[in-house]
Amino acid sequence: MNIVFFMIIVSLFIAIIFFILFLKSVKSGQYDDLYTPSVRMLFEDEFVEKKEDNTKESKSINPNN
Amino acid sequence: MLDKNCFHCGAECESKTIVFDDKSFCCNGCKTVYEILNENDLSCYYDFEQSPGAIPEEMKSKYAYLDNEQIIKNLYDFIDDEVSIITFYIPHIHCSSCIWILENLDRLHKGIVSGIVNFPKKEIRITFNNSNISLRQVVELLSSIGYEPYLSLDDTSISKRKTDRTLIYKLGVAGFAFGNIMLLSFPEYFQPNEFWLERYKPIFRILIFIMIIPVVFYSANEYFISAYKGLKHRILNIDVPIALGISVLFLRSAVEIIFNLGQGYFDSLAGFVFFLLLGKIFQQQTYSFLSFERDYKSYFPIAVTKIEKDQTEANISIYDIKEGDRLLIRNEELIPVDGILINGNTQIDYSFVTGESLPVSKKPGDKLFAGGKQLSGAIEMEVLQTVSQSYLTQLWSNDVFAKKQQYTIKTLTDSISKRFTIIVLLIAFLAGVFWYFKDASMIANVVTAVLIVACPCALALSAPFALGNMLRIFGKQKFYLKNVTVIEDLSNIDKIIFDKTGTITTNKTNISYDGISLTDDEKRLVRNLLRESNHPLSKMLYEYLKKSEKTEVTNFKEIFGKGIQGEVGNIKIKIGSESFVKGSSSNTLQTEVFIKINDDIKGNYIFENAYRDGIALIFNKLDKDYKLGVLSGDNEGEKEYLETILPKTATLIFNQKPEDKLVYIKQQQENAKKVLMIGDGLNDAGALAQSNVGIVVSDNTNVFSPACDGIIDATKFTMLPKFIKLSKSTLKIVKASFILSFLYNIIGMLFAVTGNLTPIVAAILMPVSSISIVIFVTITTNYIAKRIIFV
Repeated sequence: MNIVFFMIIVSLFIAIIFFILFLKSVKSGQYDDLYTPSVRMLFEDEFVEKKEDNTKESKSINPNN
Repeated sequence: MLDKNCFHCGAECESKTIVFDDKSFCCNGCKTVYEILNENDLSCYYDFEQSPGAIPEEMKSKYAYLDNEQIIKNLYDFIDDEVSIITFYIPHIHCSSCIWILENLDRLHKGIVSGIVNFPKKEIRITFNNSNISLRQVVELLSSIGYEPYLSLDDTSISKRKTDRTLIYKLGVAGFAFGNIMLLSFPEYFQPNEFWLERYKPIFRILIFIMIIPVVFYSANEYFISAYKGLKHRILNIDVPIALGISVLFLRSAVEIIFNLGQGYFDSLAGFVFFLLLGKIFQQQTYSFLSFERDYKSYFPIAVTKIEKDQTEANISIYDIKEGDRLLIRNEELIPVDGILINGNTQIDYSFVTGESLPVSKKPGDKLFAGGKQLSGAIEMEVLQTVSQSYLTQLWSNDVFAKKQQYTIKTLTDSISKRFTIIVLLIAFLAGVFWYFKDASMIANVVTAVLIVACPCALALSAPFALGNMLRIFGKQKFYLKNVTVIEDLSNIDKIIFDKTGTITTNKTNISYDGISLTDDEKRLVRNLLRESNHPLSKMLYEYLKKSEKTEVTNFKEIFGKGIQGEVGNIKIKIGSESFVKGSSSNTLQTEVFIKINDDIKGNYIFENAYRDGIALIFNKLDKDYKLGVLSGDNEGEKEYLETILPKTATLIFNQKPEDKLVYIKQQQENAKKVLMIGDGLNDAGALAQSNVGIVVSDNTNVFSPACDGIIDATKFTMLPKFIKLSKSTLKIVKASFILSFLYNIIGMLFAVTGNLTPIVAAILMPVSSISIVIFVTITTNYIAKRIIFV
């Protein structure tokens, strides 16, 4: 039954790693602005596409505000 | 393809359309922005939104003060020899194109390293190389593409707002411990006295014990601090029984584990702290685009231009202005201190201060008050008072603004917890006495058990969840409150005071005409003459009159503070004040403009602030339960009309200075009245701070509003009676949930006094009571909100 002892240590160890990652992400400000990254994500590709051909196919993104 | 609207800003191109690159622009500024963007391959900016841009402001030397290291040193987030980081608030940020262009700033200037936008806060954090670009150039670059940063005196205060994330860390620690402790406790609950468990029990308990320590000493530390402070001020706030419960739980469980007497209540303890912190987070609803703490500093500029004796100009910090200095105030700049106008005729817009939308005319020798915005051209003024001594700003030296948080019983929860604590201690004592005679070995067991179940978990959760949920419901209805205690205060008020201008009136102006009606042709003549004038009233009347063809005006003359005259064709027209047009004045209090065509005085246009729709209805509804009053900084011009819409019992007071308003509210409070003040401008700031609840009506929540407890969107103003009613109902729900949580306490108490409170009972009772309370208040608050708001 020593395996129980071993499993508990391993599981706690993994839990603590995730916990530290959570604290780090909070500290780095990841949760401070939940809106802008969702818009920013959509930009990069359009820019490249735009440079290649000059069509107006990109749709306007319309946030509520 | 030529549109009628400007390609950049979307405004209608009227007279002087500029065509460039097959696109039409309304002004040179917009064209320049397009050019800049086009040159740098950024023109797909326009694909994200139809006409996303703003018309860039004219600047020239507006930002010259940013070259002064002394003035700007506090603006930076970070600065060293190579790079600087600075955060700007840019009110114009409004769509996805804005994010895109601002994050591509590095393409416009190689000195800029990066820009990161926080859209909800309308902020951008810019990193730039000091050697390539100066702060002034950064600001001017932003302004030139229509994103002018808003820089105010407030930005220079050293303590910049830091986001406080401690509560999230604490919740994280408590949640982590709660989950793991629960898992490690389960084996002992479900398989007691099992052979294998006996072998592993010590290691389980040691792990649990290690994990509970940060929960008690880190996550829960605020409760101990607050309880200590409360006791020091002889107040039994809700944190006293909480802290007592936590320490008894911890000590008893620690003793049990150390002396191998049992498994302890650590899982209940961790869960308890976790739920409490969850409630705390839930009631912290913040609106990132609003601020409830603003004072005059958020409106005032950082620096002004001083004219030295030898006529040279220098930029000095607002705080360095001395009596007798000469200042240069440019177009659109704010007058920071009281003074005397030396040269330049001018229009001053005091809407920041009073809410009055019509500008005031000033001529040399007139006194200027701080807070006004200069509207036409540059002026020179001589300083009479320093910033802190000025008419408006000295309001902030009043005691109300220096008030520190006091330890008084304010909330319903605290007032109940006082009795609750005393009763619990009494029961614990009586149970102890009872068991002393029956079985003395049980005393410690029973007394600690009583204190454990008495831990007011459900009680402490009722208010945060009920009020927090209502705060969110209000927020969806565009009624933004600073925190949950405002809901409680709002339910207790018995007098409501309104400011007049800007609060019960809108910032739009109603124009009506009185006299011999003008023919369309005459209106055309008048409109053509008005086109020549820059006076705000002229502009307003020009917009008001219907569009018509243009005719050349000859012999145009503008006499400052009086009116305009000129000839259209061979018809002489005079427009202006009564004394200017008629030659005599009847001393009315209204704002009016007279029209004279050839030798006939035709009549006059009257400019009035329009009252908000349904204002009489609001007064009517509120009159049933509250005493009403109107405090106005204006003259009595509209007294008669106000009397017709206000109930007879209402008080009406005119000619109130900012300080007077504050004093009036104070007097009412001394008469045991709880006052709700509803205002809008900086001149209400004192009254808003003094009142029990101060609410600001805002036509545009993106615009600044003075410090207050709540902001209501002007479109929802008619909902105010419903909001107050809803606050009252919410408090009833809180009371009902108190009763429910007492029931749980009584059940727990029965287990405790009989000595049957085993860890498993506690582990079941605690989460069940907490979760059921949360569900109860959430459902009921949503239900009443639906019933009251959407009827």
